[in-house]
Amino acid sequence: MEKKQYSVEAIENGTVIDHIPAGKGLAILRQFKLLHYGSAVTVGFNLPSKTQGSKDIIKISGVTLDDAAANRLALFAPEAVVNTIDRFQVVDKRHLTMPDEIRAVFRCPNSNCASLSEPVQSRFYVKKQHGQTRLKCHYCEKTFSRDSVTEA
Amino acid sequence: MANLLYRQNVISVSDLTTEQLELLLDTALKLKASPRDDLLAGKLIGSCFFEPSTRTRLSFETAVQRLGGKVIGFSDGANTSAKKGETLADTARIISSYTDAIIQRHPKDGAARITAEFSSVPVINAGDGTNQHPSQTLLDLVTIYETQGRLNQLKIAMCGDLKYGRTVHSLCQALKRWGCEFAFVSPPSLAMPEYITEELDEAGCRHQVFSSLEEAAQWADILYMTRVQRERFDEQEFAKIQGKFNLNAAMLAGAKPNLRVLHPLPRVDEIHPDVDATPYAYYFEQATNGVYARMAMLSLVLNEEV
Repeated sequence: MEKKQYSVEAIENGTVIDHIPAGKGLAILRQFKLLHYGSAVTVGFNLPSKTQGSKDIIKISGVTLDDAAANRLALFAPEAVVNTIDRFQVVDKRHLTMPDEIRAVFRCPNSNCASLSEPVQSRFYVKKQHGQTRLKCHYCEKTFSRDSVTEA
Repeated sequence: MANLLYRQNVISVSDLTTEQLELLLDTALKLKASPRDDLLAGKLIGSCFFEPSTRTRLSFETAVQRLGGKVIGFSDGANTSAKKGETLADTARIISSYTDAIIQRHPKDGAARITAEFSSVPVINAGDGTNQHPSQTLLDLVTIYETQGRLNQLKIAMCGDLKYGRTVHSLCQALKRWGCEFAFVSPPSLAMPEYITEELDEAGCRHQVFSSLEEAAQWADILYMTRVQRERFDEQEFAKIQGKFNLNAAMLAGAKPNLRVLHPLPRVDEIHPDVDATPYAYYFEQATNGVYARMAMLSLVLNEEV
């Protein structure tokens, strides 16, 4: 039997974030603090892709991304596919869709927003405006660019 | 019309449907024409002002008392448990267990929505930080309708601090539903924020920028003045714009007879006293309408039928 050749080494258990648009892999690695898990992370940049021409890929051993993390990823790379790996097999494949609403993931960047000091989960409405993803805080009703919310 | 506001919170203009706004407007005008002193009989209202706002507080408390209700509360958060570190969520739980409705003013953006999430009684937002002040918007709508006989297809000019002015933002968000056209006059650094002009674009409302107040006064049905605060500029910068956004009676020559000048008050020098005597001045009547707008809010959230 012909052995499949991987550009990036296969992992036994964990998560593979595949089909990341080429060039965004490093930003996702940094913004999602994927190195902070302390697990082995392997990354491939500019790998050939049948659908995208080229793509980035990130493999994290021993870590499974929850729905909140997957939602957050959808804001940055909606084309990405999150695969859960168990014993070298893909046991779950999540195609990401941009959520209408995102809760308990980001802090509101508005320092005067009441949600920062009250026992509530953060809540944003996701909007597309002029091709840009914007997040509107449910509480203070201020609208932010995707990047400013991440940095909060 | 069924009461679409019964037991509802009034937090933000953007939450209110056009039908709810029209119901509020009709009720305010109805209460102005035929005052009622029974609509809050037996009701106790919490007037929770975590920051001082004498005009708004007195207007709300007048509305409660004119409707036959009673008020408890405070006029400064410094004297409350918030000062001891109590969360707004806990304060809301407690005060809503004492009262039939809460009127709240708070310095934090979004505070009214948080109170509403933890309150067991309706919450009326009397201003939350730089965010919303729906009763001001309602009294503006009442006044515009009263002076123009309609809300649709009006030409609305807004002048002054359009960047930080919560009143002009909310008024745009409300009036866009009736297909109004807008003109903005402001120092470039205090221009209308993009998120508001984008909302107007999405609603198909035309908007433009005028360089002079005279031009706006001749074009408009409503000229909505706001104050340019000196502290937002350095001295040199302020000298360049000083007076340019102040209205006087001579500037109203050539205005349409139906033009009315509005202002959320207090004014400083952005409307010269010589405008007061012209038929265009309507800002004091506008302030009076605040009581009727607030009476409409309170009576609708607390009565199945008004």
